[in-house]
Amino acid sequence: MMVYLTRRYRFSASHRLHNDALDGEANARMYGKCDSVFGHGHNYVLEVTVKGPIDRETGMVFDLAALDGIVRQEVLDLLDHTNLNLDVPNFSSRVPTTEIVCVEIYGLLEDRIRGGGPLHAAGLARVRLEETNSNFFEYEGEPSVKEGN
Amino acid sequence: MIYVTRRAEFSASHFYHNPNLSPEENRRIFGKCNNPHGHGHNYMLEVTVAGAINPATGMVVDLKELKTILDREVLQLMDHRFLNEEVPVFRTEIPTTENIAVEIWRLLSSKLAFGRLHRIRLYETPDLYVDYFGE
Repeated sequence: MMVYLTRRYRFSASHRLHNDALDGEANARMYGKCDSVFGHGHNYVLEVTVKGPIDRETGMVFDLAALDGIVRQEVLDLLDHTNLNLDVPNFSSRVPTTEIVCVEIYGLLEDRIRGGGPLHAAGLARVRLEETNSNFFEYEGEPSVKEGN
Repeated sequence: MIYVTRRAEFSASHFYHNPNLSPEENRRIFGKCNNPHGHGHNYMLEVTVAGAINPATGMVVDLKELKTILDREVLQLMDHRFLNEEVPVFRTEIPTTENIAVEIWRLLSSKLAFGRLHRIRLYETPDLYVDYFGE
């Protein structure tokens, strides 16, 4: 039996979409107002989905308090109320588009959730990151990695 | 293949307790959810049915019939109930959102005369939900 448990979190951060390898015109064409030199911010909504069998003793897929702790330590403490470009080393050489932030969060959580939680059979199934109410990005890891779970 | 989802809301109370564990272990694992007097939620249930479009009606499922089945099989059983005391399966199973979602799948999967039950999504709060696909 496989059950999927999803928890929503929020963080606020600013970013600027700008690729140093491109000239000013190319950046302006590619990123539009997101290239504004001072950056701009979003209230991000993060959904973390954990999958696994229901543990017989607790009736749970994953200990929620433990999940909250892992997400706070690995993601929220790192990203909340920061300038992603300037304050977060993970994005010092990459443009912090929401796609890239989403994949980065998956990488930060994957190992902590697989085997790291109190319910060892669980694993990370999906990270979904909403940049605004109108656009969001989802990452489920690479198929070859998932099959190995 | 088209997926049709119907939402239904119900309100219920529950608490988490495993009689095989000591009171200390129950408090450690379940925290404030272990309060034996129970606490409540407004659950939001999403039932997704998969099927082909019937050429005669242009529809995958008869939504009115789906609503009737949901009312009869799930809401009458769980709405405004203390799940631990009033829903027989939860006298022995802990009524976590995970277990409630699986139980709703069991209640519905054999009752649909149309389509195929694809997913049960159960929100305990807007920030916490469980998906079950019958796997």
